[in-house]
Amino acid sequence: MSTIIIAVVVLSVLALVFGALLGFASVRFKVEGNPIVDQINDVLPQTQCGQCGYPGCKPYAEAISGGEKINKCPPGGEGTIQSLADLLGVEPEPLDAEHGAEKAVPTVAYIREDECIGCTKCIQACPVDAILGAAKQMHTVIVDECTGCDLCVEPCPVDCIDMIPVGVDRNSWYWQAPKTGAALIATDRQPSASTLAAEEHV
Amino acid sequence: MTHLIQLHEFDGGIHPPENKMQSTGRGIKTPPMPNELVLPIHQHIGAPADPVVAVGDTVLKGQTIAEPHGYVSAPLHAPTSGTVTAIEDRVVPHASGLTELSIVIKPDRQDSWIEHQSLCAELGLDDCDDIPADALITRIRDCGIAGMGGAGFPTAVKLNTGGYTIDTLILNGAECEPYITADDMLMRERAVGIIRGAQISLQILKAERCLIGVEDNKPEAIAALEAALLELHEEHHIDVVTIPTKYPSGGEKQLIQILTGKEVPSGGIPAQVGIVCQNVGTALAIAEAVDEGKPLISRITTVTGDTIADKGNWDVLLGTPVSHLLKASGYQAPGKRKIFSNKKPTRIIMGGPMMGFALPTTDLPVVKTTNCILAPTNKELPANDIAMACIRCGMCADACPADLLPQQLYWFSKAEELDKAEQHNLFDCIECGACSYVCPSEIPLVQYYRHSKGAIREERATHQKAEQARERFEARIARQEREQAEKDAKRKARAEAAAKAQEAKKAAPDSTKTASTETAPASGSTSTASSADLEKLQKQLTGAQAALVKTKEKLEAAQNDPDQADKVALFEGALAKTQDKIKKIAVDMAAAKKAAKASTTEAGVSDKGDPNSPERLKKKWDTAQARLDTASKRLKEAQEQGLDTVELLTQGLEKQKARVEEAKAAYEAVSSTSKPAPPAEAPSNASQDNKNEELNRKIRAQQDRVAKANERLEMAKAEGLDTVDALTKAHTKQLEKLAGLEAQLTPAGEA
Repeated sequence: MSTIIIAVVVLSVLALVFGALLGFASVRFKVEGNPIVDQINDVLPQTQCGQCGYPGCKPYAEAISGGEKINKCPPGGEGTIQSLADLLGVEPEPLDAEHGAEKAVPTVAYIREDECIGCTKCIQACPVDAILGAAKQMHTVIVDECTGCDLCVEPCPVDCIDMIPVGVDRNSWYWQAPKTGAALIATDRQPSASTLAAEEHV
Repeated sequence: MTHLIQLHEFDGGIHPPENKMQSTGRGIKTPPMPNELVLPIHQHIGAPADPVVAVGDTVLKGQTIAEPHGYVSAPLHAPTSGTVTAIEDRVVPHASGLTELSIVIKPDRQDSWIEHQSLCAELGLDDCDDIPADALITRIRDCGIAGMGGAGFPTAVKLNTGGYTIDTLILNGAECEPYITADDMLMRERAVGIIRGAQISLQILKAERCLIGVEDNKPEAIAALEAALLELHEEHHIDVVTIPTKYPSGGEKQLIQILTGKEVPSGGIPAQVGIVCQNVGTALAIAEAVDEGKPLISRITTVTGDTIADKGNWDVLLGTPVSHLLKASGYQAPGKRKIFSNKKPTRIIMGGPMMGFALPTTDLPVVKTTNCILAPTNKELPANDIAMACIRCGMCADACPADLLPQQLYWFSKAEELDKAEQHNLFDCIECGACSYVCPSEIPLVQYYRHSKGAIREERATHQKAEQARERFEARIARQEREQAEKDAKRKARAEAAAKAQEAKKAAPDSTKTASTETAPASGSTSTASSADLEKLQKQLTGAQAALVKTKEKLEAAQNDPDQADKVALFEGALAKTQDKIKKIAVDMAAAKKAAKASTTEAGVSDKGDPNSPERLKKKWDTAQARLDTASKRLKEAQEQGLDTVELLTQGLEKQKARVEEAKAAYEAVSSTSKPAPPAEAPSNASQDNKNEELNRKIRAQQDRVAKANERLEMAKAEGLDTVDALTKAHTKQLEKLAGLEAQLTPAGEA
């Protein structure tokens, strides 16, 4: 009988001690905010374009953490959907066409400055303050800050904003991945266009 | 060599056919001057230089044509004298085949130098060993020297080691890559310059020792260096170390490991382990820059391969087109490719067979990092673009000089699992090509790694940009919220102000009532409030008076008109009412004024404790005088309007006068007792008293006159006589006189 009592007492004391420990830890090490939202937000491309139907990437991240679908971000495209799927442990889905298509190449806004009338409408539309200018003064885009979200194109009353592809320079260029599986037999050994051109030059 | 150096070994490495003999058969030659020189502004690692010449400018040999942009950058100099014919985008010798801004110079074939001299002479020093390190580094930077081994890192930046203490300088003369003999020939022919460069570098770095690592397949170069050491008496400071031939012993990290046994940490620089490594070509450029003032405008380039007749090394001006160099070397393009033949066209490779890249065109210039132009036949260097399946033989891992796992990296790169590739230290890969060389399946492994590295860098850049965008977006939202809050606050403040004004308007009649019932406490609160009350009362009074005049007129009209006889009583009632109202307002006003004064006097009391002090009495007197003035004014107004308050007011006036007298007497008594009053004051006061009395009398008389004039005016008005105008004028005159008298009275009283 006493063995049972000892066992019960010991287990109860242990339970109380660990309960108190856990209770203390939950107060002492409480995590402020919702960490999953920040993680999702880190994966999103931060173009702040609103194509997902939310006013920015953070609100969409919050919506995803609340159960929204992960395939509503055209600027992020398949890569972002894949990352989100990995992060959240859900099945990746194809991009929802309703919200737009993924761009083939990244673009930046370009203001044809001769045509700009200085209405400041694009400045108000830009979510990242990447357009510089003042009322009745010509505006221009700070290329390094532009996320290519297209939000400035619509408000322009004179349609002087183009979205142009980002050029490749020596710093952003990198080697292409080798072609795989294309040349398995000897007759596949066809010279590439560039080497042909090189020969012609010589 | 006087020291015993224990050599170490690095893992891996390969022994490809050296193919160096072909290009060491003859000495370094200088090619003929080309028709144009193309100088890309970005020949080094770091920021592109900024052109400082314009199209059409005439430049001299050695003149600066582009200034460095920022710290990690290098200037550019004209390789010969001539004219700048264009500053435009040209294809640059880079694996990407992209265009970049280039300065094109048409040589005038005079080859006339810009003025240049040694740094020693420039500083006017006798002993060149005294040149401070800063001056040396500046000279090296100004001469545009960038690492000539292949990477092109600005040498001045490398020599400015900052916080690191350097104990060993290593000159890299290993030149391990097959075919290339540029450094070999340089060491053979210009060994003295190289040793001199080592001396200068040691002077800058304050390093204890210098090791020159040369592979044992270059005995002539080693002999030449030893001879130069003896010539410069440096045999005790600088050691030429013969190292075994193995590819890639010329890699910076590998050479450091061979010579010192130290490993450069991953992602770190040699300076972290107290070592600076320079190419022998760079050392020569340093010597020329310091001792002759010659900027980096030419370099030694090997032109070799079986399609070249005159294989060998050339001292080439930077910017010389590759095609020009090939022509000078007797390049023979192999016959046209036959259709359906599987024979590949020949490639022109910049760099060696292991790490070089095929040029898209031969119209490219030789730049600071071009150590070799390789033009092999297909037989000599067959292209391998059939990649077979990886058989997991592990030969790549054995060959890797950086102790990586090339096979794993290959899988990860192929599957685009970039994070895993990074975890497997992809960025420690030196892209030497040893793994690809040994791969039995001919998998272009290095190309996978290069792609993955680029993709990871791009991802990092994208992430950084996203982070930047997020920050800017959040800053914008914060700004908008702040602006909105400010706007709201302003709007709220305006609304409150408007509401207050509205309330004050509503409260105005109420406050008059309060003033009439509980004058003393209400006005005791603040003098400003009571003054506002006074104003209000004044307004009401004016309004009531106007109403009174109108009612009177109407009454008179009714009295004259028999039709309106029945209305007379009504008007009379209204008149009486209005007069009552005016009386009431007058009483209120008086009360309000009294309160206001009381409050001010209260303030005075609080200021001054003694109620009998002369100042206080003086004030009392002044107040009484002011009251007297107001009373007389009131009287005048009453008289003007023919009210029956005149009598009352006259009585009040008398009372006030009495008070003034009292106050004055009290003041004088006090001032005379407390301190001897100035003798002039008393008589003046006395005379003033007389004057005041006289004036008051005059005023009374005048007031009588005004009253009479008023009466007459009223009568005239009532009877509708045409004398009204004249009477009004007279009345006004009388009033003016009265006002004048009162004005006289006021200063007199104050005095």
